[in-house]
Amino acid sequence: MTAIPMRRPVVPVWAWAAVGAALWLLAWLVNLPAANWVAFELLSLEPGSQLGESLAFFVYDVPKVLLLLTAAITVVTFLRSFVSPERVRHLLAGRRTVPGTVAAAGVGAVTPFCSCSSVPLFIGFVEAGVPLGVTFAFLVASPMVGPVAVILIWGLFGPLVTAAYVAAGLSVAVVAGLLIGRLNLERYVEDYVWKVRMAEIAAASLSIEDRLREAWSQTRSIVRRVLPFIVLGIGLGAAIHGFVPEELVVTVGGRDNPLAVPALVLLGVPLYLDAAGTLPIVEALVGKGLPLGSAIAFMMAVVALSLPELVILRRVMKPRLIAVFVTVVASGILLVGTLLNALFA
Amino acid sequence: MKKIEVLGPGCNNCVRLEANAREALTLAGVEAEIVKVTDYAEIMSYGIMSTPGLVIDGKVVSYGRIPSSGDIAVWLGE
Repeated sequence: MTAIPMRRPVVPVWAWAAVGAALWLLAWLVNLPAANWVAFELLSLEPGSQLGESLAFFVYDVPKVLLLLTAAITVVTFLRSFVSPERVRHLLAGRRTVPGTVAAAGVGAVTPFCSCSSVPLFIGFVEAGVPLGVTFAFLVASPMVGPVAVILIWGLFGPLVTAAYVAAGLSVAVVAGLLIGRLNLERYVEDYVWKVRMAEIAAASLSIEDRLREAWSQTRSIVRRVLPFIVLGIGLGAAIHGFVPEELVVTVGGRDNPLAVPALVLLGVPLYLDAAGTLPIVEALVGKGLPLGSAIAFMMAVVALSLPELVILRRVMKPRLIAVFVTVVASGILLVGTLLNALFA
Repeated sequence: MKKIEVLGPGCNNCVRLEANAREALTLAGVEAEIVKVTDYAEIMSYGIMSTPGLVIDGKVVSYGRIPSSGDIAVWLGE
């Protein structure tokens, strides 16, 4: 090995991680009082006034969502360095249908993948002999109940909503996988997919320091990219919070309107907002009385299905398979939303 | 001359990886040809499912992450 001058960090990475975690906690704790101080003391807006409440929501939510997102992506990237789809596919091959599908949904939840990897992921699963239904259970569960969605929902809505969301998401993934598996849709997979042969590859050996450093660099890059969407989403949320009357949300999106959940799912499917940009809007709507089931259905539709993702999947699936996939998942979300609305009445 | 292949369909991560690889060439003072592999079947023939992947002289050195230019420079020197 030739000697290459490298910048060696003087402070060990774990020390940075500890300092970062402490700063994170501090910021989390002072966020609410600081936001209230800015809105009501510094700008001397009236508490309870429309503008004051809107602004307080905005200055409170922007740091909050950023903090949550930073934590979420760091955790995800760190996690991803341990559980790779390359290894997971062999875990899921050669199992019987029901245990295989349940395992795929569970494993999917802790194996995050970037949406630009969904095509190689699909091909790799098929190549390892993972049945189609099991593969779909994974594809649905991973973005929907992945750590980013879960951590954000926990931070904004608390443990009860998170538990309901995760249970609902896993159920949708399992049922969609079982159903798609039963339909024998193999002929609607693009033909070349069956011919791809993969080499086996050894798992990358990385030190914890490498993994942490990688996680942090990834986090910075993603947060920078989604920042405009977050600010936009929170801006909309703030406007709703301050200016949209509660009666309007309850009348249009409430339980008494049977079309509310279907409309929210239909709206959510093509929407390609980052989860971080969508959730503040949902947060504001829930504050105005949008029922929990409707809110969860909307979040799921946004996170699980998106137009760009479907365009990417077209590379490996014929249109009919995509249509079945969207129909099955959207119906599942609809069912779950309606059920939760009835349960948490 | 060495050959570096950047495996990936062309998303943001692949672009960053390619930039790091170019920087690594300067760091290591090595001449190499950088090729982008965007065909899925070809990407997967290397055994990787998580993009972006980095291949130096036919050997997969990383996948599913974006190594720093310093890391790549070390691999180039090996």
